[in-house]
Amino acid sequence: MSNHLNKLDEKKYAEIADKYSKKSSLLKDCTMAFVFGGIICIVAQLFNDLLMSQKSMEIFGNITEENGKALTVMFMVFLGVLLTALNVYDEIGNIAGAGTIVPITGFANSITSPAMEYKSEGFILGVGSQIFQVAGPVILYGTTASVIAGFIYYLIK
Amino acid sequence: MDIFLKYLGVFAVGGTLCAIAQILLDKTKLTSARILVLYVVSGVVLTAVGIYDYVVKVGSFGATIPLLGFGYSLCNGVFKAVDTIGFRGIFTGGLGDVSSGIVTAIILALVAALVSKPKSKKQ
Amino acid sequence: MSTKQGKQTYTNDRKVYIRETAAIVGPREKEGPLGEYFDEVQNEDFDEKSWERAEAKFTSATFHKLMGKIELKSEDIDCILAGDLMNQCMSSSIGLRDSGVPYLGLFGACSTIAEGMVTGSLLINSGGMDNVVCMASSNFCSAEKTFRMPVEQGGQRPPTAQWTVSGAAGLLLSSNPGGPLITSVTVGKITDFNITDANNMGAAMAPAAADTIIAHLTDLGLAPDYYDAIITGDLGLTGSGVLREIMDLHGFNLYDEKKECFKHQDCGAMIFDPIKQKTHSGGSGCGCIASVFASYFYKQLLYGNLKRILVVGTGALMSPISVKQSESISGIAHAVAIEAQ
Repeated sequence: MSNHLNKLDEKKYAEIADKYSKKSSLLKDCTMAFVFGGIICIVAQLFNDLLMSQKSMEIFGNITEENGKALTVMFMVFLGVLLTALNVYDEIGNIAGAGTIVPITGFANSITSPAMEYKSEGFILGVGSQIFQVAGPVILYGTTASVIAGFIYYLIK
Repeated sequence: MDIFLKYLGVFAVGGTLCAIAQILLDKTKLTSARILVLYVVSGVVLTAVGIYDYVVKVGSFGATIPLLGFGYSLCNGVFKAVDTIGFRGIFTGGLGDVSSGIVTAIILALVAALVSKPKSKKQ
Repeated sequence: MSTKQGKQTYTNDRKVYIRETAAIVGPREKEGPLGEYFDEVQNEDFDEKSWERAEAKFTSATFHKLMGKIELKSEDIDCILAGDLMNQCMSSSIGLRDSGVPYLGLFGACSTIAEGMVTGSLLINSGGMDNVVCMASSNFCSAEKTFRMPVEQGGQRPPTAQWTVSGAAGLLLSSNPGGPLITSVTVGKITDFNITDANNMGAAMAPAAADTIIAHLTDLGLAPDYYDAIITGDLGLTGSGVLREIMDLHGFNLYDEKKECFKHQDCGAMIFDPIKQKTHSGGSGCGCIASVFASYFYKQLLYGNLKRILVVGTGALMSPISVKQSESISGIAHAVAIEAQ
């Protein structure tokens, strides 16, 4: 290919490139992901416990366990969207890494951020067609897996 | 003490699931989108074979808030629907159970797009 | 006319001067170590409703800035050579559509300004053109949107990732005397050592830079010592290390024993403070070498701190689709030898 770089082949080059490519600090990244991910889950648990408490039942009436869980998820989605709209979710994500990607708040962020970004291309071809950029594959393959699981369950039940 | 143990479980399970994703991000060439898909599908599979129920027992929201929990709800929804309405449930159960989360996200995202503008990153 | 030297290099028989330059950058670049050298600072959104329009406005504002600095009118410009990273070079074409000057769009990724200087000096040497403007621009947010993900999406960038420079720069090449002289140009070859990681552009481009520098020196029978500085575009910290090692491997030592520092300097590694500004491997984008050359290095040539330099623009020839299709990232580099007057 390149006659000037005749002392180099792809394998040797990969070694040299690797030598100068700084690696992420796994310990630091994982600690951050653990702490932030853990905290987000604690927030959800806290919200749920408050929602299901005696006091809240007195105000809102009886809430079934199932409704409580759904409301908690909706609250976490709300938090994710809010922090994205306030332009801070990406700044937290820069520190927390997977700690803010994996929880449901990250799912909300992955829907909100393209919605905001592609507004400049209009609400149909921009927001409308790009909103599921990241969430689309999640819903597609999650649903497909559940249908396969359901089909097997239906057969062996 | 009980409440302390419960919250410890939530923190530990939620944190661990995120830390595993971080290892995949740092050590493999998987992008975050691929990891999210992997997590949802794993959630469905682990629920279907009955393992994830134990994780949820220990971790509670620490297990259901990470995206594996999305798969957990999808799978449980399908199984419940198959039990009650049969074959049709395979198709209606999954998304039915997670729809509150998805619909909240898309409606709020649309509102966010209306009222907020993206800003450049600080760092 | 230009005279061909060796295989890829052309020396200019008709003198080509870099008469004037202009550069407008964003706030992050202004806060960087070279901040004081740029002409103007503007927000990344430049009060526009989209990142793409903002980038186009950077281009048009830079063009007007350049025209304001010289006594020429836009009718006197024979041609603009411009390019950027957006699809089909839309920032350049939108930004320059009201200029009323003949236009040739270029795509050389981050090497665009060097590609412009190479093409411009050949066009002037053809005898037909006298004044050619070379421009290049990039914008952090529009590049994130096109090549990575929406700016508000949470996530981390690996330590080898580079930060797209927000900015635009323009150079006026002219056959009329004034300013540093372009003495020769080397057109680079596409070079690919099978790097597929889009977060490690430095490693993808370093072989192209090495190939072009060696080609240039071999064609003209020079040693690296001939130049006061060999300046690459945006290899960043990762790519700079790689370049110095592979040059050394082929018998071209870029270390200056007398000054006890490297003869090689990289605009991507210089434009930001990697620790304070957390920009990881450094800057990148068409605006990187364009703005650093047009401001910092151009002034060093004018002040006489540098006499002879070799400017090597480096580019990663990739598109969002080629990355998704797992194509390896090819590199390109073009070299321009410049002498102070």
